[in-house]
Amino acid sequence: MEQQTGTFAVKKGLAQMLKGGVIMDVVTPEHAKIAEDAGACAVMALERVPADIRAQGGVARMSDPELILRIMDAVTIPVMAKCRIGHFVEAQILEAIGVDYIDESEVLTPADEANHINKHLFKVPFVCGCRNLGEALRRIGEGAAMIRTKGEAGTGDVVEAVRHARTVLGDIRRLTTMADEELMAFAKELGAPYELVKETKELGRMPVVNFAAGGVATPADAALMMQLGVDGVFVGSGIFKSGDPAKRAAAIVKAVTHYQDASILAEVSKNLGEPMVGRNVSQMPEAEKIAGRGW
Amino acid sequence: MKIGVLAIQGDFAEHIAMLKRLNVEAVEVRLPEHLKGLDGLIIPGGESTTIGKLATDYGLMEPLRQFGQRHAVWGTCAGAIFMSKDASRNQPLLNLMDIKVERNAFGRQVDSFEADLDIPELKQVTGTKDAFHAVFIRAPIIESVNGDAKILASVADGRIVAAQQVHLLATSFHPELTNDTRFHEYFLSLAD
Repeated sequence: MEQQTGTFAVKKGLAQMLKGGVIMDVVTPEHAKIAEDAGACAVMALERVPADIRAQGGVARMSDPELILRIMDAVTIPVMAKCRIGHFVEAQILEAIGVDYIDESEVLTPADEANHINKHLFKVPFVCGCRNLGEALRRIGEGAAMIRTKGEAGTGDVVEAVRHARTVLGDIRRLTTMADEELMAFAKELGAPYELVKETKELGRMPVVNFAAGGVATPADAALMMQLGVDGVFVGSGIFKSGDPAKRAAAIVKAVTHYQDASILAEVSKNLGEPMVGRNVSQMPEAEKIAGRGW
Repeated sequence: MKIGVLAIQGDFAEHIAMLKRLNVEAVEVRLPEHLKGLDGLIIPGGESTTIGKLATDYGLMEPLRQFGQRHAVWGTCAGAIFMSKDASRNQPLLNLMDIKVERNAFGRQVDSFEADLDIPELKQVTGTKDAFHAVFIRAPIIESVNGDAKILASVADGRIVAAQQVHLLATSFHPELTNDTRFHEYFLSLAD
């Protein structure tokens, strides 16, 4: 009875275990413990949360492997880490230290402005960002086993997360009503692999798990994304840039489980202290937006 | 027959899809009152710490224990950990099954794997001959079974990955991630 590792089923399978959960950005082992105790289903290990990456500018790279390893030691839940778009050596390093998922992320400065990583070559699974169905299916075509809508990271403004989730889910709804002979033209319009377009139509959903990200700051934001139809939520700067991270983290976890129960949502939204100071995406110069990174 | 699937966190939708394929009514369970009128319950894969925390916060621990006294309950992966008496770590457990588990016993995600398992009871109940293709994701093992609990399946090196205690079932792997409905049929035979 031979055991096979690194198959697409086990890569995609871990994302399926994260469904209905919250994945939190953490920058220290102490943050990771707070996230785990609050009920996070995974953490994203980083040197700086997106709001600080924005504020400090410069080139944002993969985090120090030592920091990631310390976070991996601190918790029993899965640990994710980010590499730059197209930077397959950063990905090799993250795989070598044993992270559970790699986020090939637009939050870091891209290393390749034409190509993403060939993710089929890795045993470790990848999650990638998208703004529409075409971008999502291109990433899956490259081997991504999980997708997240991008939103606009580090802003605390949920408007882009909503735009991207509505676009992806709307594209899927449109696709499911199409006749089979229209699929090739739609694949061409999306810039997506035909086979994956066909599979998405047959499934009536994205072929892999799809989380929301980028601007979720409150329990209501998280439940909004769930009601729109995503499988779970990433929260980046929204927790540890707020007044009471432990309380807000626990409240967002509860909001994702009970996303359809307004009385529970009201209860968990009480007395959370100061939310992160947001930035309106509509007043942000184009050059400062990061969701456009990714090809 | 009406089966509940604990829908706090994890792959509950996959279990519900399997039950629907078998023409069984399946409902999501998030609060104690959702257990009313159920003939059995599945606790899905996910993160056992998340599931345990929210089950505690929403008053589900005692109702779940009582439900398991009289009804069939099946835990997959995180669900198996949650049903155990001992997970070698301080976290909320249902203490329903007399088993000791070790979390992430095969290693991290890069060590997650697929393998064929020979499960005699499963073949007998479903009248089939084929091995069961099992998917293990950061899987726990069942270190020991005690009392009324019995071993149902092991991997090649002998480590226990499925156990049964009368009407209670624990598996380290995820039948809900495959197209093989036999394990769900086996569970339904316990719920009947």
